[in-house]
Amino acid sequence: MSDTAHAPASTDAAHGHDAHAHPDSFYIRIWGILLVMLVISVAGPELAHRVVSNETVAFVIVLFTAFGIAIVKAYMVVKNFMHIGVEKKYVGYLLIAMLVLMGLMIGGVGPDVLRHEGHRWVNQAAKDYKLPGDTGHHGDAHGEAKH
Amino acid sequence: MSTAAAHAEHDHAHGHAHHDEGFIKKYLWSTDHKIIAMQYLFTGIFMAFIGGFTVYAFRMQLAFPGMSVPGYGRVTATDYNALVTTHGSVMIFWVAMPVLIAALGNYLIPLMIGCDDMVFPRLNRLSYQLFLLSSIVLIASFYVPGGAFGGAWTSYPPLSAKAEYSLTGLGSSMWLFAVALEFAAFLLGGINFITTVMNSRAPGMKMFDVPIVVWMIIIASILFMASVGPLIAGAVMLLFDQQLGTGFFDPAKGGDPVLWQHLFWFFGHPEVYVVLLPAMGIVAEIITVFSRKKLFAYKTVLYTAIGTGVLSFFVWAHHQFIAGIDPRMANVFSVTTLLISIPVAEMVFVYIGTLYGGSIRLTTPMLWALAFIAEFLLGGVTGIFLGASGADIYFHDTYFVIAHFHYTFFPIAFIGSFAAITYWFPKMFGKMMNETWGKVHFWGTIIPFNAIFIPLFLLGARGDHRRIYDYRHFPDLMKAGMQDLRVFATLALLVLLAFQVVFLVNLFYSIFRGEKASANPWNANTLEWQAPSPPPHGNFPQGLPNVYRGPYEYSHPDRQDDYWPQTEPDAAKS
Amino acid sequence: MIRPIATTREMTGMPTGRLAVWWLIASEIVIFGGVLGSYLMHRIGHKEWAAASAHTNTWAGAFNTLVLLTSSLSAVLAHNAALRKDGKRAAKLLWFTILGGGIFLVVKSIEWTGEIKAGYTITANNFWSFYYTAAGLHGLHVIAGMIVMMFVAADAAKGKELQRVENAGLYWHFVDLVWIFLFPLLYIAK
Repeated sequence: MSDTAHAPASTDAAHGHDAHAHPDSFYIRIWGILLVMLVISVAGPELAHRVVSNETVAFVIVLFTAFGIAIVKAYMVVKNFMHIGVEKKYVGYLLIAMLVLMGLMIGGVGPDVLRHEGHRWVNQAAKDYKLPGDTGHHGDAHGEAKH
Repeated sequence: MSTAAAHAEHDHAHGHAHHDEGFIKKYLWSTDHKIIAMQYLFTGIFMAFIGGFTVYAFRMQLAFPGMSVPGYGRVTATDYNALVTTHGSVMIFWVAMPVLIAALGNYLIPLMIGCDDMVFPRLNRLSYQLFLLSSIVLIASFYVPGGAFGGAWTSYPPLSAKAEYSLTGLGSSMWLFAVALEFAAFLLGGINFITTVMNSRAPGMKMFDVPIVVWMIIIASILFMASVGPLIAGAVMLLFDQQLGTGFFDPAKGGDPVLWQHLFWFFGHPEVYVVLLPAMGIVAEIITVFSRKKLFAYKTVLYTAIGTGVLSFFVWAHHQFIAGIDPRMANVFSVTTLLISIPVAEMVFVYIGTLYGGSIRLTTPMLWALAFIAEFLLGGVTGIFLGASGADIYFHDTYFVIAHFHYTFFPIAFIGSFAAITYWFPKMFGKMMNETWGKVHFWGTIIPFNAIFIPLFLLGARGDHRRIYDYRHFPDLMKAGMQDLRVFATLALLVLLAFQVVFLVNLFYSIFRGEKASANPWNANTLEWQAPSPPPHGNFPQGLPNVYRGPYEYSHPDRQDDYWPQTEPDAAKS
Repeated sequence: MIRPIATTREMTGMPTGRLAVWWLIASEIVIFGGVLGSYLMHRIGHKEWAAASAHTNTWAGAFNTLVLLTSSLSAVLAHNAALRKDGKRAAKLLWFTILGGGIFLVVKSIEWTGEIKAGYTITANNFWSFYYTAAGLHGLHVIAGMIVMMFVAADAAKGKELQRVENAGLYWHFVDLVWIFLFPLLYIAK
């Protein structure tokens, strides 16, 4: 076709949101914060398992340090490395919609899979099930040795 | 170059030697969206033969158990399982999906939004090649030891997970692999469609100037993309269950088979709307053109389609009412299932509103479009019985479900496709199809279609179970005339299949010998009719069009012509 | 290849490549969501899995998190360099990112070898099945991202197609994000 030209040199990466680009030092600072959070997310649960005797408290600590921090880390990557803040709004909505969809899936499937008994039903197979890895000879000895 | 699209089909169909050096580059390795569309279309038609042949073989077995089926031989119990599984999966994944979404999407999107190709032509080619590979893997699975997969198209574990149960160890895995490849192909294609429509519309074409069929294909692509992920994950897990012996879905190993059913239907139900919406879009295009009237409530159709899409994610567990799911969840899913009939019914009313007061022309595509509305309506109404969990407990796994399902999918996959092919045929091949033979084919399909499935509704209501190979072993299901109904349905099927020959003859005869078509034989508004028939590589030799108005400005009172192409500037108003 | 005009249009104001990567990421979210959602439901439903997950090597996981976070940094720095039209530096940083992916895979394979030798194979029990499936699926994405970046880096070194540096980077950040969630799910929660 006459009007099908070779791509004009429109390879400029400079489009819209790139005007908000940061200096390299900014990204290195974000990386530093991410590393600090990584340390917390490893140290928190380790401490919870070794120091805290109350099971509920330990569980809450693990929940916040492992998963709470994972969410914060993810948010920082999405915001600062993927520049979602200066991206078109619908991109954010799209990603959130996908996450909501997964929430919906878990919400719909959970009542059957997550629990083993409910309103007039029992999943006997799941209740009776024992982990083969627990009772076998290759139990704690091998696994713990590596830590 | 201008004959590229015109020749694409016969080379694909016959594969005869072509002295053109660039044959492979032009037809098999092309990045042109029209050629890729033809590749999808003819692969889909070829796969429809497999789907049609399998249904012929197993329906003959049901009607005349133990007979040697002409062209197949004796159908054994294992064969029967493989035949029904192949019929189901081929018709949905290898016929409805490639024809309605991939072929029409590829053909129509760049033309209807006024650009020269998809935004990622090579990705598009890769998408077709993956699809072709998936078809080859599926066909190859018929010939491996044990034969083709026989665990039904839903592939429920533990039946599908263990070779001891399904008796088709390798066949099951190949089936799963083929389905996964096909999903990958449509994911690539879908992303291509979405970005093309978002970014490459003709100058002046605003959101609400996009033809409904393009909108529908885009919404369908988004639905597909959003729903298929968990099933891809589930397919990997099931493949590991089959080949490595893991226990994701095996209760004896701590797994949960109901999880697969959830993952499957989380995709499987939106999938119904993935194929329904493009068919609805095709019908919208056709009824506006052939009633010479503006589409009644464009935005309503659009918002309704989006609403249907959103709601389709909330209904999946209605397939599992007797699978042992939590009864309170069954109540929730009953309500959402009944709710989703509202937007679909709304679309049907909008189409009837469009027809009202129009000057209707009963051409072949219009007949198909009207038949779609009527037959799909029956399918939708019978779905109400199955969506209500109380009634479903009785109807589940009977032929009532089969009949309901086919009253929705046959209109979608076949009536919709025939409507599209007959309507866009002049554009695709630059020739007109024969109207008389088109109408013969139409009545020869619609009448036997109803004759097949109305008996199945009656059988299902009498408790006829769907997974039985030989009814002679079940005296309760052989009572008073039940076998006669089966024979009647099977004979009607033979008539339906025979009439498809009319279509094929008409198709190929018209491609080669048909009357030459003008650029805009139906006097339609949308952009594809402003391009030559067939459009050359690059689509619009006179320059890419600009758009000045919506796609449905028919019988405008200020104009002499009863149509007003989207590309015509306002100054040209007569 | 002759590029169609369609590819050069930008109705949304966002380059087509980046738009497509966002849609790709959206479709990947539901794929990983399917695996992780299934894992999560089983995990909460089976308290006894905690015993199995105690055998995972937190330190290997933490080191790999560090590697991926660092490679994400170099990916975003490559994007920054591409914005300044500095193709050479962008390519260098992309190769550094690819190196990060390589280290990740090496650590992973050493870790898996140890676990398989200790008898924790994919069929040991469902925890390990999910462990290998989820991490394996993620590993495939790491490999895919590395291959893509090799092509992008080769072009960028010649100053061509610099907009692709950002697109490849976006994908890499997504791979990193998945690991950010896999790490606590598979390693930390015991």
